[in-house]
Amino acid sequence: MAASREPLDVAVSRIDAGSTVAAGLALEHSIPFAVGHELLRQGVNDLSVIGPISDLLFDQLIGDGAVSEVRAAWVGNVSAGTGYRFRDAVESGEVTVENHSNFSIALALEAGAMGVPYLPTRSLLGSDIFEQSDQFVETADPFEGEQIALVPAIEPDWAIVHAQRASPHGDVHLWGNTGIVEPAVGAAENVLVTAEEIVDPDVIKSDPSRVAITREQVTSVVECPFGAHPSPVAGHYNRDNEYYLRYNRQTETESGFEDWASKWVYGVADRDEYATLVDADLEITSPTVAAEVQYGQ
Amino acid sequence: MASDRYTDRELMVTTAAREIEDGDTAFVGMRLPLIAFQVAVSTHAPDAMAVYESGVVRDSPADGFIHTMCDLPNLDRAVATTDMIDIMSRLQRGDIDVGFLGGAEVDRYGNLNTTRVNGEGEDIRLPGSGGACDIACMAERTVLLMPHEPRRFAEEVTYVTSPGYADDGNGRNNHPAPGGGPSALVTSKATFGFDERGELYLRSVHPGADVTDVLAAFPWEVRTAEDVGEGVVETTPEPTDEELELVRTFDPDGFWT
Repeated sequence: MAASREPLDVAVSRIDAGSTVAAGLALEHSIPFAVGHELLRQGVNDLSVIGPISDLLFDQLIGDGAVSEVRAAWVGNVSAGTGYRFRDAVESGEVTVENHSNFSIALALEAGAMGVPYLPTRSLLGSDIFEQSDQFVETADPFEGEQIALVPAIEPDWAIVHAQRASPHGDVHLWGNTGIVEPAVGAAENVLVTAEEIVDPDVIKSDPSRVAITREQVTSVVECPFGAHPSPVAGHYNRDNEYYLRYNRQTETESGFEDWASKWVYGVADRDEYATLVDADLEITSPTVAAEVQYGQ
Repeated sequence: MASDRYTDRELMVTTAAREIEDGDTAFVGMRLPLIAFQVAVSTHAPDAMAVYESGVVRDSPADGFIHTMCDLPNLDRAVATTDMIDIMSRLQRGDIDVGFLGGAEVDRYGNLNTTRVNGEGEDIRLPGSGGACDIACMAERTVLLMPHEPRRFAEEVTYVTSPGYADDGNGRNNHPAPGGGPSALVTSKATFGFDERGELYLRSVHPGADVTDVLAAFPWEVRTAEDVGEGVVETTPEPTDEELELVRTFDPDGFWT
């Protein structure tokens, strides 16, 4: 079944309060900030957010009160360190945290994607991520006897991915590093894809090796240029590092965060209006053009 | 600052770079190691490779400043842009020679904490592990980097985010983590090694730093290279002109250094 091609607000309205949502899956690359801001505008709350590292996105959702639980390896601001809204919310008990390593969250989603209840790893043992958690199990490898940790599957309600281009059917070209996009998409019940551009299906079919997601996995596909700012998107725009630094300075206090949100989230109707507020030169000045690839019959 | 020729962090970068051997595959994370790998591969380690948990694999410096591993100059002309399961699987099967780790706290066995610390009776939440726990557990060796501040050196870390050695004197022998454990701690004042029991010892002090002053920052009596039969405490080599020029090419505004 093909995905539904629809506007951002319609796609986001499918995400219910209380959902488990995996996002920020390509690490610092191509973070779906446009979806995050639309979630806030629609007042979707009580979310359980799932990811490897979260560079600002979870901090913004938490700061606006949309999150009750975080299942992640790292939450902060990669340019500046601390995510103050995350830190305050954890210290006050407003959100609970299930601490992961990057590999344990990757394996949990990979298990979900594979349809198996858990996957084993040689990581975690000896750490307090393992010791101070009841989610993992230590066991002896039944074949060789080595002590290993078992990571249970996570199957999110939603995975959210921002990509370079997609067909109206929901087949997706994604390039640059992909982090845990693939396992999260495989594990999730629903997938929302935003893309810099919607292209003719022939464009996608001209290069099937670049397809990261196929239509039957995708619930909604949305054309959303600049949908990952301030994070970078290969082939489209650079990281807006000054934005990360300003956000860090501005959101140390709750009232500072509210000022930020009133401008960047509630002060705009949609992503097009958001883009008019950005005053930074993020253009790719000397693009690398990949060598032509031929398929054939 | 100990020198008018370079900053403390520039010296940390060049010292960290020298921990990468030619031919190594290095697991590079956030901040200073982003610069250190680029210096190493441009000088003494032209055949080194870097992997980043986002999925980037590189054999050369980025053509442009990088704030993060996913900045476009780090993706451009990469050897590969793959995914996390791929990179972490290389780590898990023992293919990563050296990994870099930072920390808010470290203890004498190289256990690192980046999850939460206790400040004046209250827990302070930190960002967390990222890939640090995985690197600490499974890399052949790890290099730890942190500012030389007394609050960072703890008898016992508040939370073991990234395991070092066991406290039983057997290093990693009876420890559940399969990797080799920490091989060095580079601070803004000195470089430390870990002896065969897995305990921290002072290897060298940076130019201008004083041994007594360096050791006074620790709540336990830190042993020195002499104490553990590893020669004498040396002076850390200063960055060469070539290394400094490279650091300033890769970090032109001194954002990280």
